[in-house]
Amino acid sequence: MTRVLGASALLVALGASVAALVLTILGARRERPTWLAAGYTATFIQFGMVTAATFAMIYALAAHDFSVSYVAQVGSRATPLFYTVISLWGALEGSILFWAWVLSLLTALVVFWNRERPGALIPYTSATMLGTGIFFQFLLVGPANPFGLVSPVPTDGPGPNPLLQNHILMGVHPPLLYLGYVGMTVPFAFAIGAMASGEVNGDAWIRLSRRWTMGAWAFLTAAIIAGMWWSYEVLGWGGYWAWDPVENASFMPWLTATAFLHSVMVQERRGLLRLWNLNLIVATFALTILGTFLTRSGVLSSVHAFGEGPIGFYFLAAIAIVLLLSFVLVAGNSERLSGDGRLEGVASRGTVFLMQNLLFTAFCFTVLVGTLFPIVAEAARGVKVSVGEPFYNRMTLPICMALLFLMGVGPALPWKAADRETLRAKMLPPVGGALVAAVLGLLAGARNPYAVLAFAFSGFAAVANVGEFVAGARARMRQRGEAATTALSRLVNTNRRRYGGYVAHLGVVAVAVAITASATFKSEHEATLAKGQSMRVQGLDIRLEEVWGRQEPQRAVIGATVAVLKAGREVGRMDPRMNFYPTSQQPIPTPAVRSRAWGDVYVNLMSFKQDGSNATLRVIVEPLVPWIWAGGMIICLGALIAMVPAPRRAPVESTATERAEREASGTPSAPVAAT
Amino acid sequence: MSNATGRRTATLVIATVIVVGAFGWLMLGNIEGDVVYFYTPQELLAKGDAAYDRAVRLGGQVAPGSVKWDADALDLRFRVREGTSEVLVHSKGAPPQMFRDGMGVVVEGRFRRDGVFESKNLMIKHSEEYRAPKPGEKPQEMYRSLIKGGSTS
Repeated sequence: MTRVLGASALLVALGASVAALVLTILGARRERPTWLAAGYTATFIQFGMVTAATFAMIYALAAHDFSVSYVAQVGSRATPLFYTVISLWGALEGSILFWAWVLSLLTALVVFWNRERPGALIPYTSATMLGTGIFFQFLLVGPANPFGLVSPVPTDGPGPNPLLQNHILMGVHPPLLYLGYVGMTVPFAFAIGAMASGEVNGDAWIRLSRRWTMGAWAFLTAAIIAGMWWSYEVLGWGGYWAWDPVENASFMPWLTATAFLHSVMVQERRGLLRLWNLNLIVATFALTILGTFLTRSGVLSSVHAFGEGPIGFYFLAAIAIVLLLSFVLVAGNSERLSGDGRLEGVASRGTVFLMQNLLFTAFCFTVLVGTLFPIVAEAARGVKVSVGEPFYNRMTLPICMALLFLMGVGPALPWKAADRETLRAKMLPPVGGALVAAVLGLLAGARNPYAVLAFAFSGFAAVANVGEFVAGARARMRQRGEAATTALSRLVNTNRRRYGGYVAHLGVVAVAVAITASATFKSEHEATLAKGQSMRVQGLDIRLEEVWGRQEPQRAVIGATVAVLKAGREVGRMDPRMNFYPTSQQPIPTPAVRSRAWGDVYVNLMSFKQDGSNATLRVIVEPLVPWIWAGGMIICLGALIAMVPAPRRAPVESTATERAEREASGTPSAPVAAT
Repeated sequence: MSNATGRRTATLVIATVIVVGAFGWLMLGNIEGDVVYFYTPQELLAKGDAAYDRAVRLGGQVAPGSVKWDADALDLRFRVREGTSEVLVHSKGAPPQMFRDGMGVVVEGRFRRDGVFESKNLMIKHSEEYRAPKPGEKPQEMYRSLIKGGSTS
C-alpha cells in the first residue's frame, strides 16, 4: 500500500513538473498570466507530491515494510529508530529521493516568494529549477526507483551500512550537504533565468539570489566541517581530512561558491566580472552534479562508494547538458555582458577580490585534477594509481597561504586606490599580529616554514578583521558618543553583510590555526597494555582498567575502559569501543575523545585479547582540534549575520556621518548598497 | 570595441595564458612524483630494480600461516600473496582486530632492497566496505565468543 502510494506520488510529481515547466515557459513567452499562474500551481503540486513520496518512504522505513525495495535494502528490525529514519539518505535511491524533495521545496519557495515580480526572470528561473527537478524525478520513477516491488517479501533486512549507523553525526552531515548542494541550484537557476530572459545586465538576479547563495554556502560549509568531524569520530585514524575523492567532491563547489560570494560584490559595486560570475555559478552547479556522479557512480573506490549502478551515466549526461546550455546562453548574451566600470588602482579591494578569485579557481582546478587523474590514468594507460597527500600539499599549501594573507589585506583596503599613508596605518597592526603569531608558533616548537607562515598569516588576518570592528565602533563612539557595546552592535546591524563577512573570516582563521596546530604538534603513541598497566603520554598516564563486552540488539560491542591520570590523580575515564555489526567483515571503531579547549586526547582501541587480559591502544594528542569545529560554527554564524535582512530604519537615522562613512568606503549611496 | 579596450583585453588574455600555463606545468610536470602506483606482488617483483625505494601500494591476500604478531613490541610481519608470488611485509603497530589469514589487504609503503616491504599503512580490502555475510559465515557467533572472552560487566 505504502509502496503504491509512494510510487504514484512520484509519477504525479513528474507529470506536474513537466506541466509546470511547459506552462511557465509558454506563459512567460506569450505573456499569458493565467498560464503562468497555472504553471506556478503545478509547481506547488509537484512539491506536495514529492513530499508525500518522502513521507511514504519514512513511514515504510519506520514500519519495516520490507515489500518496499529500498526498505528491504537498508532496513532491519534491530536498527534503532533514529538510524532507521536517517537511512533515508543512507543509500542511492533514498538519497536521490531526499535530494528531489529538497529541490522541490526550494523550487516552491523561490516561486512563492517571487511570483509577483514582473518580467520573465522568475518564470525562467523556476523553469530551470523544474528542469533539474525533472531529472531527479525521472531517476526516481526509472533507474533509481526506491518504491520497487520485492517478491517474496523478506521478514527482515540487512540494515544500513554499519559506518552510517555508528554516529549521530550521520543524521546531521548528509542533510546539511544536500541543503548546500541543492541550494546551489537556486543561484544557478537565477543566472540561467537572467540570461534566458535578457535581464542579465541589471544584476537583479544577483540581488534576488544573494541570500539563497549565502544560505547554501553556509550549509555546504557546515556539511564539510560535519563530515570532517564524523570521519574524526568514527574512522578511528585520528584525522579529519584525507583528500578522499568524495571529500574533494564537496570541497570543489565550496571553493567556486566562495569565490562567487566575493566576486559578486565586484559586480554590484563596479559593474565588472559579469561573465566571470555567470561562469562561476555554472561551474559551482556543475560541480555539485559532478560530486554526486563521483559519489554515486562507483568510478572511484572510496569509503563513500555506497551505491553503484547505471546512475553514473545519467549524471554525466546531466553535466554535459548543463555546460552546453550555459555555454549557448553565455554566448548569446556576450554583447550585453561587457563591464561598464573598472578597477581603481592596484591597492584596492577590487584587486584583492580579483586575486582571491583566481586563487580559489586555481585551488578548485588542482583538486579537480587530483581527483580525476586516477580515472584518466586507468582509462588511458591501464595503471592503478592514487594521488596522495604530497600532491595536494605541494599544490595547495602556497595557495592557502596566499588566501590567508589576502583575507587580512582585503578588509583593510578601500574600494578606491589606497594612498600610501592609509596603507601604512592600516597594515601596521596586522603586521604586528603576524609577528606575534609567528613567534608564538616558533616558541611552541613549529619548525616547518609553512606552519610558521600559516600562524603568521592567521595572526595577520585575525588582527586585520578584528581591527575593522574596532575601527568602526570607535568611529561611532567618537562621532555619536555611543557606549562601546551599543556602537559595536549598531555597527554590525547597519552593515550586516560586511561585518558578517568579517565574522566568517575569523572563523576561517580559527580553522586555519587549528589545522596547522594539529598537523604540526600532533603526537601518536601506541602500546599493548595488560590490565592495570599504564602508558605515559605527554604528562598524562593512560591506565587500562578493564576490557568488556556487551550484546546490543543490532550489534555487539567490545570496549576498553581506561583511566586518565594527571600526576598520579585520576582526572577522567574514557571507553574506546569496537562495534561488530552482523553485515560488516570488520569492526567499526568508536574512539573515545576527551576534548578541552587546548586540544583532544583521542584513544582508539586497536585490538584486544579474547580473554580480556590485555588490549592495544593508540593514543593521539591533537592540539586545538575542537577549534576546527568551533571555527566552522563561527563561519556559519558570519553567514547568518550576512543573510538576515537589516532592520528597517527610519530615514532620520541615516545620518550624514553614516553617509560619509559609506562614501569613504566607496559605497555608492544608491539603494543597491543596502541589499 | 575601442582600440584601448582591445589592447587591454589582449594583455589580459596573454597574462591569463601565462599564469594558467605556469600553474598547469607546476601541477602536471611533477604529478608523477606524487602519484602512488598500485601493484600486485607479481607486478612489483617484475619491476626489478625500479621496484625499490619508492612509495607504492601493494595489494593481495595475507598468506595463510605467515602472520607473526608481537603485541609487546607492536611488530607485525606477514606475507602478501597473489597467485604464486609473495612479498614479505613488515609493519609497526597493531593490525586491525579482524586481521587474519586469507584476508585481502592493501599495504602502503616502500619495498626495501633487502626484500622486505616496509609498510606505513595497512588497509583491509573489503568489497566496498559492505556486504551481507556469505552463507556459512556467522559473524554473530564469532562476536559472541569475543564477548564471552571479555569479562562481561
